[in-house]
Amino acid sequence: MRAENIHAWFGPTHALKGVTMSIVDRQVTAIIGPSGCGKSTFVRCLNRMHEVVPGARVEGKVLLDGQNIYGTRINPVRVRRHVGMVFQKPNPFPTMTIRENVLAGLRLNGQSSSDPEHVVETALKQAALWEEVKDTLGKSGSSLSGGQQQRLCIARALALEPDVLLMDEPCSALDPIATARIEELVHELSSKYTIVIVTHNMQQAARVADFTAFFYQGEIVEYGETDVIFTRPQNQRTEDYITGRFG
Amino acid sequence: MTSVSAEADTAALAMRASQPPVELVSGSNGGVERAFRAICLLAILLPLMLLVLLFGGALIEAIPRLSWDFLTSYPSRRAAAAGILPALVGSAGLMLLTAVMAIPVGLGAAIYLEEYAKPGKVTALIELNISNLAGVPSIIYGLLGLEVFVRVLNLGRSLIAGAATLALLLLPMVIMASREALRTVPRSLREACFALGADRWQTLRQVVLPMCMPGVLTGVILSLARAIGETAPLITIGALTYVAFLPDSIDSPFTALPIQIFNWVSRPQPEFHINAAAGIVVLLALMLMMNGAAIWLRTRLRRRIYW
Amino acid sequence: MPSQNVALSLHAPRARSERVIARVLQACGWLSVLTTAGIVAVLLFEALGFFREVSVIDFLTDTEWTPLFADKHFGIWPLLSGTLLTTIIAIAVALPLGLLAAIYLSEFARPRVAGVLKPVLEMLAGVPTVVYGYFALTLVTPALQRFVPGLSGFNALSPGIVMGIMILPIIASLSEDAITAVPASLREGAYALGGTKLGAVFRVVLPSASSGIIAAVILGVSRAIGETMIVAIAAGQQPRLTADPRVPLETMTAYIVQVSLGDTPTGTLEYRTIFAVGLSLFVMTLLLNAVSHRMRARILKGGAL
Repeated sequence: MRAENIHAWFGPTHALKGVTMSIVDRQVTAIIGPSGCGKSTFVRCLNRMHEVVPGARVEGKVLLDGQNIYGTRINPVRVRRHVGMVFQKPNPFPTMTIRENVLAGLRLNGQSSSDPEHVVETALKQAALWEEVKDTLGKSGSSLSGGQQQRLCIARALALEPDVLLMDEPCSALDPIATARIEELVHELSSKYTIVIVTHNMQQAARVADFTAFFYQGEIVEYGETDVIFTRPQNQRTEDYITGRFG
Repeated sequence: MTSVSAEADTAALAMRASQPPVELVSGSNGGVERAFRAICLLAILLPLMLLVLLFGGALIEAIPRLSWDFLTSYPSRRAAAAGILPALVGSAGLMLLTAVMAIPVGLGAAIYLEEYAKPGKVTALIELNISNLAGVPSIIYGLLGLEVFVRVLNLGRSLIAGAATLALLLLPMVIMASREALRTVPRSLREACFALGADRWQTLRQVVLPMCMPGVLTGVILSLARAIGETAPLITIGALTYVAFLPDSIDSPFTALPIQIFNWVSRPQPEFHINAAAGIVVLLALMLMMNGAAIWLRTRLRRRIYW
Repeated sequence: MPSQNVALSLHAPRARSERVIARVLQACGWLSVLTTAGIVAVLLFEALGFFREVSVIDFLTDTEWTPLFADKHFGIWPLLSGTLLTTIIAIAVALPLGLLAAIYLSEFARPRVAGVLKPVLEMLAGVPTVVYGYFALTLVTPALQRFVPGLSGFNALSPGIVMGIMILPIIASLSEDAITAVPASLREGAYALGGTKLGAVFRVVLPSASSGIIAAVILGVSRAIGETMIVAIAAGQQPRLTADPRVPLETMTAYIVQVSLGDTPTGTLEYRTIFAVGLSLFVMTLLLNAVSHRMRARILKGGAL
């Protein structure tokens, strides 16, 4: 996946100012930066979620498997089936059971799986939630704890077998134990999926990501292997941020 | 604004001039305030007490006529034998048809305004229209129904013409209640659904509508509870005041409970006023039941959605 | 699904049904515009038929309204004065009570008490008007006849008072909004000058909220003008140019009811009179609603105090 010269606006606010970035397949890429730097906006541009907000606008290209997802005949709804997303706050659908939540994506896309139970089990196992909920699949998704809810949201996204999984600060609403479980999970999932994770927590980036990009004021300041970014940053602002001098 | 503060200034200056330097303890003002507070409270309680008194009066008047026969008899020239069966059946049919027409259209308009419409002149025009319609006297809707449904569409003075008129009257209320219910569904759930590759309609059907349905239904039932007492538009389109049969189709002529009450109130004989009082007790009981149902529905359906 | 993943299919055209759905929903929204257009068209069409036979001058200047008699006169004034008289009585009841209620709810009542009182007060507006009409005719009028000499069985006073109780919640809740919108700083300014709570309410809060209160009264007037059943039942059916609240009269709305109850054939002049009266009613309420709406919108924006 590759983003080319992405500009994004919220009404008159210019939130992203020409971001170009190649995302490596089956690796975890972290995006860090101070709040308001455009990191969430950037990942929302990668599956055409930015334009869902009234008054929001995007320019530039995002290539997925060689196709520009902002091309003229592209259906944004189709794009989102290939590029899944997990949000800051866990948001399982409150009117659906755990099973229905996992199958929601398939049902919404009008695909009837020949073996829905298998899909549910596989997705929940991938999200490391199966053991905890296998006896209560008929209960409401909102009856789970916060960390379980977030893993349910991950399972919901994985059930669609996306090519890329975007995670927008997935642990910001969770306690440290739940956070550790999600981080572990991100690591396991990277063997099968391309993952982009936005985080305001630099330790988290250092723990889970193979590559890290530092965003500042709507621009990409530095991007490279996580080890390099954290140990030998090339840019002064990156270093200032990592060493906690601002942000 | 300036004149007010200037006045206050002079008042304060005058006070300071006329009073000893430090006077912090004074009981007189508190007494005046308490008296005023009591008058204010009385302004709320007085009309409420009057209403209770009037209801009590009507109830006492009605008790001798309240019986199973009253509910299951046809109107009659003899007050003591008259009942409200056709009126009850008419009102029930009217409410059913009104709901069938007003709910889909009202909810549709609410969904359009909340989920689809882009801010702009057209949307502003529709919104202005809805708020204007909410202020149009109900009898004007009756004139509209008389001309359009009864005459131009040639539906006659039928149940369906009455229901269509009431549906138009209810539309602003249903739209407003539905919009409020739609607004209670958090944005994040819509986004989660979009991110799974759902389009707008799927998001609505699968996520938004199941969540806001309790709110919509509550709003609809509350509006229907108002509509069941509407009299003027039905009189205008020509609902019959004396009906000795039950409506058997949507084309039937009909009467309704408030029309029957009006008919009895208009008679000079006091016996018929007793019938009117009994009809009022039944009408208010129906309204109370509908309001109760709305509250019950809201709490019951809410409980199914865990947060 | 695996087959889809092999060849990434992002190109599927947007479902046609999605566009159809958007159209259908939009049509639902447009129905409200259509309703307004329908009301205006119907009233204008029939009223124009009326004014082809009766001159506008007569309509606006004649002091008699006798379209159902042999000697026909078509002056709106008797109906208009009946409407105005009952409305004035209703406002005379609803304004002081509503304003005091609003002051109590916003200045004195604890939030929990206000939370109980407000919906209870709203119930006054929810009672069917045919029920209020019954109250006015069979309970209020006989009670008033004991104190008011010469009060006839049908009169303007009793339905006016009952109508006042009906519109009280509107005036109370809109006035309360206006009072709550007065910035706390003004109130504190009054306290800082040594003013009492009462002083602050009467010298600072109410003057500041006056345009909101006026907007509330205007909306109350609009409701009273359009109210039908109370006056149709308890005020009588005798168009009469009078300011005496004790005698029977007829309002514009009551006249429409009176004609609707009879067997007036469609297309006759009598039939058209109700649309001419309806048009007058519609224009009056529309103007009043618009003025009230404007004033409240300005207050919300914080423009005029």
